Amino acid sequence: MSDATPPAAPAESRRARRALRRRKPVSVIGVFGEVLITGGVLVFLFIAWQLWWNDLVVAGEQSSAANQISQQWIDDAQAASSTPTPTPTNTPTAAPAQPSGFGTPVVAVAPAEAQPFAVLYVPRYGAAYSRTIAEGVGLNVLNSPRLGIGHYPGTQMPGEVGNFVVAAHRSANGGGMHLINELQLGDPIFVQTADGYYTYRFRDLEYVQPTDVGVLAAVPHAPGATATDRIITLTSCNPLYSTAERIIAYGVFDSWQPISAGPPAELAAIIAAQAAG
Amino acid sequence: MYAALWRVLPGPLWLRILQVLVLIALVLFVLATWVFPWVDTIVNSQESTVGTP
Repeated sequence: MSDATPPAAPAESRRARRALRRRKPVSVIGVFGEVLITGGVLVFLFIAWQLWWNDLVVAGEQSSAANQISQQWIDDAQAASSTPTPTPTNTPTAAPAQPSGFGTPVVAVAPAEAQPFAVLYVPRYGAAYSRTIAEGVGLNVLNSPRLGIGHYPGTQMPGEVGNFVVAAHRSANGGGMHLINELQLGDPIFVQTADGYYTYRFRDLEYVQPTDVGVLAAVPHAPGATATDRIITLTSCNPLYSTAERIIAYGVFDSWQPISAGPPAELAAIIAAQAAG
Repeated sequence: MYAALWRVLPGPLWLRILQVLVLIALVLFVLATWVFPWVDTIVNSQESTVGTP
């Protein structure tokens, strides 16, 4: 192999050199290095898949699942109102202290674990944003391509006096609360259920330790206190792409209208746009 | 390792490049469809709740 062959022509010598290189034995260190490089590339690919590709795919699935369930409730309400059923005997009692013209908001009973019962709309997260809220905050709810947002069991329901607390991912698996830090004072947070539309207005953000369950209390950070306000609490991870802390967004109840009355004007445009595709 | 793979591939240069691209696409598809979702269930540390383990 190492025999000196006089370089006759440049082309010939190039061929000879290439042949030499081809015959070079595979070195153990070389293969080891290539395995290490491959491993590094795989880790990079996984992160890209988790935070970008799969995040986008799951976000789309969660959004369309939420639109479906929302439309189902609207259709059901229309079907129920068009069929000649006897007038409901259970008329809501007029509560003069209520801010909206539809009386006390209807409060549903929390469903079984992992069952969807509401759809969340946050225009600040984008006009195309919608997510299904299901009971429970396990990964079977938060990572699910048809759910995405979990309701803390034991906390209040939409429209109920107290604290309606939900959790969602900040990033990956649809990232239901990716833009939670972008919320501005007074931003609407709409919750649609089979009963109606509950409008909350964003109030403030808070950053807490992951162990701080005080935010789940009916009056946050005052367990045992008697609640008089209806609030919504959104919890997610902080900082972005980390799980070191939790970011908490509070919203206060603004108004309510039954599903038969149709969505509030701002939400109606969003629902119509999403239904159109 | 990769040099050996390159040597094994038949055909002229453009065909070899094409084969490599197809192989890369195949590997990415397998990773994204089966491997990464499985890894995700093992290394998932994306907790976003308070108080729950």
